This record gives sequence, structure tokens and C-alpha cells, in this order.
Amino acid sequence: MIDLVSSDLVSIRNSLQNKEFTAVELLSEYIERITKSSKLNLFNTTNFENALKAAKESDQKIIRGEARSLEGVPIGVKDLFCTAGVRTTASSKILENFVPAYESTITQKLYDQGMILLGKLSNDEFAMGSSNETSSSGPAVNPWKSCSSDKELVPGGSSGGSSGAVAASLCPFATATDTGGSIRQPAAFTGTVGLKPTYGRCSRWGIVAFASSLDQAGPITKTVADSALALKYMAGYDEKDSTSADVGVEDYQQFVGQSIKGMTVGVPKEYEELDLEDDIKLNWHDAINWYKSAGAEIVSISLPHSKYALPAYYIIAPAEASSNLARYDGVKYGTRITGDDLDDLYKNTRGLGFGAEVKRRILIGTYVLSAGYYDAYYLKAQKVRRLIHSDFVEAFKKVDVIMTPTTPTTAFGIGENLSDPLKMYSNDILTVPVNLAGLPAISIPSGLDSQGLPMGIQIITNHFNEGKLFQFGSIVEKSRSSITNQSEWWL
Amino acid sequence: MNDINTTSEVRHTIEGQGGEWEIIIGLEIHAQVTSESKLFSGSSAAFGGTPMSHVSLVDAAMPGMLPVINKHCVRQAVKTGLGLKAKINSYSVFDRKNYFYPDLPQGYQISQFKYPIVGEGEVKVSLKNGEDIIVRIERLHLEQDAGKSFHDVDPENSYIDLNRSGVALMEIVTMPDLRSAEEAKSFVTKLRTILRYLETCDGNMEEGSLRADINVSVRRPGDSLGTRCEIKNVNSIRFIGMAIEYEAQRQVNEIENGREIIQETRLFDVSTGETRSMRSKEEAHDYRYFPDPDLLPLNLEEGFIKEITHELPELPDNKKERLIKSYGLNSYDADILVSDKNYAEYFESVANGRDPKISVNWITGELFSALNKLNLDIQDSPVSSNQLGELIDLISDGTLSGRLAKDVFEIMLETKKNPKLIVEEKDLSQITDESSIEKIVNKIIESNFDKVAEAREKPKLIGWFVGQVMKESQGKANPATVNDLVKKKIGI
Repeated sequence: MIDLVSSDLVSIRNSLQNKEFTAVELLSEYIERITKSSKLNLFNTTNFENALKAAKESDQKIIRGEARSLEGVPIGVKDLFCTAGVRTTASSKILENFVPAYESTITQKLYDQGMILLGKLSNDEFAMGSSNETSSSGPAVNPWKSCSSDKELVPGGSSGGSSGAVAASLCPFATATDTGGSIRQPAAFTGTVGLKPTYGRCSRWGIVAFASSLDQAGPITKTVADSALALKYMAGYDEKDSTSADVGVEDYQQFVGQSIKGMTVGVPKEYEELDLEDDIKLNWHDAINWYKSAGAEIVSISLPHSKYALPAYYIIAPAEASSNLARYDGVKYGTRITGDDLDDLYKNTRGLGFGAEVKRRILIGTYVLSAGYYDAYYLKAQKVRRLIHSDFVEAFKKVDVIMTPTTPTTAFGIGENLSDPLKMYSNDILTVPVNLAGLPAISIPSGLDSQGLPMGIQIITNHFNEGKLFQFGSIVEKSRSSITNQSEWWL
Repeated sequence: MNDINTTSEVRHTIEGQGGEWEIIIGLEIHAQVTSESKLFSGSSAAFGGTPMSHVSLVDAAMPGMLPVINKHCVRQAVKTGLGLKAKINSYSVFDRKNYFYPDLPQGYQISQFKYPIVGEGEVKVSLKNGEDIIVRIERLHLEQDAGKSFHDVDPENSYIDLNRSGVALMEIVTMPDLRSAEEAKSFVTKLRTILRYLETCDGNMEEGSLRADINVSVRRPGDSLGTRCEIKNVNSIRFIGMAIEYEAQRQVNEIENGREIIQETRLFDVSTGETRSMRSKEEAHDYRYFPDPDLLPLNLEEGFIKEITHELPELPDNKKERLIKSYGLNSYDADILVSDKNYAEYFESVANGRDPKISVNWITGELFSALNKLNLDIQDSPVSSNQLGELIDLISDGTLSGRLAKDVFEIMLETKKNPKLIVEEKDLSQITDESSIEKIVNKIIESNFDKVAEAREKPKLIGWFVGQVMKESQGKANPATVNDLVKKKIGI
């Protein structure tokens, strides 16, 4: 029996290479645990049969001494990454039977290191949401519960399947994507580490697009060291993605645990004014002390335009989405619901194929791009975006990293915010500015609130400086109190 | 639109019931970029092909697929811009033009809206009356073509072929500088010639490589611009002329009958020669243009543009000037020769060391009529430029008379043999030796002595004698010598 709960990516990788257990044994344990965890509703599609075959091959390679860097390690993949021969739905009815003939660059890179696909993880439909409740396969469930209530909580979104699966030890590493916080917020809600790399750091090729200028893939893992290891194999220039950056990839593990003595941590003064839960505010202040103790200098900085980030984001992202999702029309692939004529085909297919939140964003996006409104909305939002970017540029002249809470609240109950889109959108208030500026950021579990629910600290740094995120992230990881999920209620 | 200065002199009008009308025309030409592969994908951009055989994952807009710009197409656009004497914009942006149609897989066309790759330029057009006009180019931008829908294959279903989806087009937009169907036709012809010189578009209109959207309005001379209608997708030069003539007349009739012109998109019906309404301004799409976030703005380095400038071929206007200067051709002949760079090339090869006027006459006369009859392009001419040159040499050195040369040319067309060989084989060389000719002349005069006296009275009969001599010599006698000798012998 392998203790999956106390295992992480690095330990599993090492155990496999040291032949402490085989890839097949490991995989079988994961399959059993995933099967038992169906209450969490985290997987859209499982890939057990193919995975077993791959695990046997990995074992052969390990025996022959041909093991690659992550040989035989299982991985969960957000259902937004196209996987050849494995159903890819974006958690939407409109793609419910879509099986790509091609593999996304990121997943291919991970397979090339010997990783094995366990299955496709739930997300908010087309990554639009902050709670993983808009998935066509129903809400994914957070493995964490409040100590005072039995109600089921959301795992965050849109990468709630990924965060939930890592938190429930159903995989040691899951891929995810972050457009406005979709990696960091779910990580904060589930006590996992979520990394959103610099825009352009990881290829978008083969990832179902939500908002192309903001979408960025990254890992959700249990530890900072795991995150550093995962990034090394996800990152890299891809000539098939024109927005991917030709910037060297480092061995990020070297930064984990590195001293931060004499370095500077920026704390944005405007964020003090935000409506944050008390425990989260306290936790943030604790983190300031952890950094002081570690020898860093705390600097108060200003991000004056951050208050406009949320409205700007909810113009730019839907605008791009309204265009990106035009291809799902029932003509070429995916769900088709015919009617009397072409207009009927479009209306029926898109009317029944898309869920309410996706439709809402397509409508917002269509509106803000319309003649007569473009300047007032889209163009203005782009100007705001540039101002937000300059705020950060200014800040990083003074500080190495910026530290904030990841979310204003801890995980909320399923159904609680669904009828109030504005309240739901306000979840992204701390994460969205990072996407608008294309910066890298990480969410690190930083403790439990008074209800016993995980909180997260977000560390932001300058473009292509991911190393610092791991360096500063390890301080939080080392300084916080234990965040073990005591009850495995869903098993 | 209304503030554009189009007050230059009135060049052409059409007659309405209540007086003269001026036609104002602007064109948007869609020219397919000559390229192996598509604008944003590696699949073939070749014409035709089995349906759906030139389609990549990107062309079919599969989820997660991303466009990557084809550098060659950018180069072609820059080259074309330089050929149109236009400003090359070192910064340009690809935008998405959003609309739903089954043959538009992405649900948007990638185009350039606010920042095109090429800005203002101009094209000089020689009209049939010998005048030149300058047509200003407003812009040129790169964009994707759509696929093709088939509605007539099956009674129940429509079919779509995406082979053309994503093929690179250049949209070339003129200012409203054209004033008649003839001018528009001459402009498109000239533009096509330039594109072919540059090898940036093959100009094959029947394959859809060059199509025109035509903006037409009418006004009383001196008035401000009228409301325009846009005739979409006209794919032959002749149809462009027909569409403009019909549409201008229609607009004049509407206005003269007290109706207003409604700004709308119209279709030209080839079978009736009429234009008909497709959609009004109110029904027009809102394309919701915005910069394509999958593509970075296009930044052209100065070196890149310079490199292309150096690669530019000699263009028709320069070639014309040079042909006139170096060969002493007249403007008319020069225009014909530069209308196709292969004509000019052929001419220069023939005229090399030979009389240019004789060369151009042979090419535009005998050769063109033969090629026309055979329905061949000059590149496929059965008579090569070297062979035609050799034939002209045989005329110049007196071996062949003009008449004999034409006979030899006919044989060359059929056999593709060199003229010298034909002359040898058929013993066709001209008799220039005076004593030989004199013998024949004497013979004819002797046997037609009765006509000699008559000829002295009516000198026209000289021609008859000359004809008889030529016939006797099987056409080989030098006609001038024959003429002289006949006159001398008869005593005129």
C-alpha cells in the first residue's frame, strides 16, 4: 500500500526511479482511489486502460535504466487541453463527444518525460467561472469541509477539477489554465500550490481558448518544489503559438528554499482597503512577519489602477471569448442540433450547447465589441490594461515580489454565489490584475481559517522571473501552520 | 466619404433624361497571393484539388488551434505595395472580422482593419484615347479567404469545401478616382499586369484569383458625391464593365424618377447583366473588428523592406519608358509590349541587334494573330524569339522578300523548324541576281507582246507584268528588282 496522501510529485518520482514501487502499482492505487472518490465529481473522463498500458511500458523503461525525468508518474489534465484519442469537452455540452486527433503541446511535453494520463479533469465550462459549478458534468466538489458545517464546498474555478484532484490525492500533479485566476483561486480554496506562469511561458497550442491574450497554462501541485519541477517540463517556446516567448527555461528547483535575505517584498497599500475576510487579512499580516523573519524588507507599494482591473477584465475576456467560441457552431464537429434552416442550426446548437454563464459572457463580449460601443468599452479597457501593466512595471523597480492574499474569501458553498454573477466575479479581484499584466504569480497554502478551511498567499513577480516565486513561495510553505485535511469524508 | 476631393475635371458622363451624369467608381480588389501555403497554416494554397484535401487543423478551426503568419505572404504584400508605389507600414495589426457562415470555420476572418500593411500608393493607367490617369490606392491589407459552399450538389444538404479556407488574399482598395466602365476595366487590367510582373498574384480571374467589389455612385458634374452601392465579387474584367454600366444607369433612372439611392450591397447577375439588391445598410453585418489576440502585431524591419525593394523587377511603366527610349518605339506599341512582361521579353530578344520597328510589327502582327488563332500564350509560341529573329535577318539580308517571309513563317508555325533550314529545304531564297530576273522578264514580255503597247498607255498594267514575273519565279524574284526591270523593258 502506497501512502498517496503523504506523497507528492517529487517523492513519487524518486520512489519510482528508486524502484520502491512500480508504475503499475502506483497507477493501480490511484485508480482505486479515484474510483472511490466519485462523490467529488472531479473527472470528466478517465483513461485507465491506456494508462495501465503506459505504466507497464514505463516499468520496462525503469528496469532497463531508460527512465525519463517523470517516468511512470500519473497526471490529471484539465479538460481544456486537447488529448489525442481522449475525449476533450471543455466541460461543455457543445463538445461532449469531441475526441481530438491531436495532442496539446503541454501534454505532449509531459508525456515525453514519461508522464501517464489518468484522465480529464472537470472545469467551469470553457474555463468561465470561479467555482467549477458551470461544468456540463455538474459541480465539482472540494475535498475540504468547514469544521462547523457539513455543506459541500466549491473547489474554486475554473480549474476546480485540477485543484480538487490534487487536494484529494487523486493525482500528484494536474495541469490547469489561468485566465483571471483560474489556477490560483482553486489552489487557494483547496490547500494546493497553483502557479500561473508568465504569459507566453507555456504554449497555448491545443488548449481550448477562452481569452487568448490572458490564457496561460500552469501546474497545480501539493508543494512548491513540485511546482518548480512541473514548470520545468511545461515551459518552453513553441513555434506553433505566435504568442509564446523564446525565453530560456531554468531549472526552477534550485530556487526552492533559497535565502531571501536582503530582498524586498512589496505590499500594495490599495489592497488594504479591499473587502477581505478577517482571517484572510490576518493571515496576510502573518505572512508579512514570516518574510521579515526570513530577512526580507517589506515595502509598501502602490498599484493605483488595480481597482479598475476587474471591470477591464470582464470586458476584455468576454470580448475575446465571444470570438473564440464562434467556431462552436455545429457545422464541423461537436454537438449539432439541426432545425429548419441555417439560422436554426446555429440557434439550436449554441442555444442548447452552451450553458448560462458562457452565454452571458458571449453576450457581454458581443456587446462591448459592437459598433458604437467598442471605444467606450473594449478600447477603454485596453487602456486600463496598459495602466495596470505600468503600475506593476513601476513597482518592480522597487521590489522583488509583490505579496497579497490570493482570494478575498475561503471556499464557499456550492450554489451560494451562482445566482449572483457580480459576487462570483469579485472572487477574482486579487488575481485578475496579474493576468492583465501578463505576469507570473503563485498561490501558496498559507494556513487554515477559523472554519478550518485553507487560505492562500499570492506572490507576484516580474515577467519570466518564475524562479523568485519558488524562492519566496518556500518561505510561506515553511512558516505556515500545518494544513493537513484531517477528514477524508468522501471516501 | 463626402469630403474626398474629387473635383478634378469631368472626364466622362452619361446621358440622363434631364442632362449629364458623372459616374464615381472605387474598387476593392481581392487578389490571391501567389504562395505555396496558406496565410496562417502550412496547407497547400493550390487552386482546386479534391475537396477538403488542402485542410489543416488550423484551417478547420479545431479547438485550441492557433494561426502562425506565413512570412512569404508578408513579403508578397510588401512587394506588391512597393509595386504600387505605396507606403509600407512597418507596424501593422491583424484583426478579427466576426461573422457566422458555414464556410468560415473560425467564425471570423483574420484581416487587417485599422493598421494595414500597406498605405497610400498610386497606379498610372493609360486609357484608350491615349490619355494617362492616376488612380490613387488607399491601402492594401492581408486577409484570409473563406471556404466554398455548394448548394446545388444535393437537394437536402449543402456541402462545404475548406480547401480555399485560409488562403492569403491581398485586398487592394482604390480611392473613388475612376469615372467610367472603361477606366475601371483599364485600371484592373493594369493592376493585374503589375501583379503579374511582381509575381505576387497570378491574376487568373476565372480561378477566382482576382475579384472585385465595385463601389458606384452618380452625381451631376460638380456636385458632391452621391450615395454609393457596392457590387460584390465580380470576377471578370468584362463583367466589371457591364456591372458598372448597368448600375450607373439604374441609379440615374432612380434619381431622375424621383427616388433615392439606398446604400446597399448588390450582386451582379451574369445571366441577365443586371445588378440586384443583396442587403441594405440596415441589414449590414456588425463585424465587431478587434485585434486578433492570437497574433502579435507585425513589425517589419527596415532591412526586410530594403531587401524586397532590391528584388523588385522592372515594372510596366519603367519598362515602357525604357522601350520608347532605347528602341524608339511609339507609345502605342510600347503599351502593347509591356501589357505582358513575356511580350516585352520576347520583343527584346527579337530586337536585340535588329530593327525594332520590324520586330514589333512582326510580333504584334503575324505572331499575335497566329497565337490568337492557336489559342496559345507567347511562352508556348511554336516560333521562338530566336527563330523570329533569324527570319527577320533573312529579310534584312535580302534572302527573303516580305512575302516569302510570311510563307516561311507559316511553315515555322507548323514545323517549329528554323527559317534558314526551311529556306534551304524548299529552295525558297529570293532571286536578287538581276540577270536571272531579266531573263524571266524578257520571257514574259516576249510571250505577251500584245500587252506591252497597252501597258504604255495604261501604266497600271505594269502590275500585271510584275505579277506574271513573280509567278514564273515561284515568288522568289525580288519584287523591287522585278518592278524596276519591267518598267525599264516596257519603257515607262
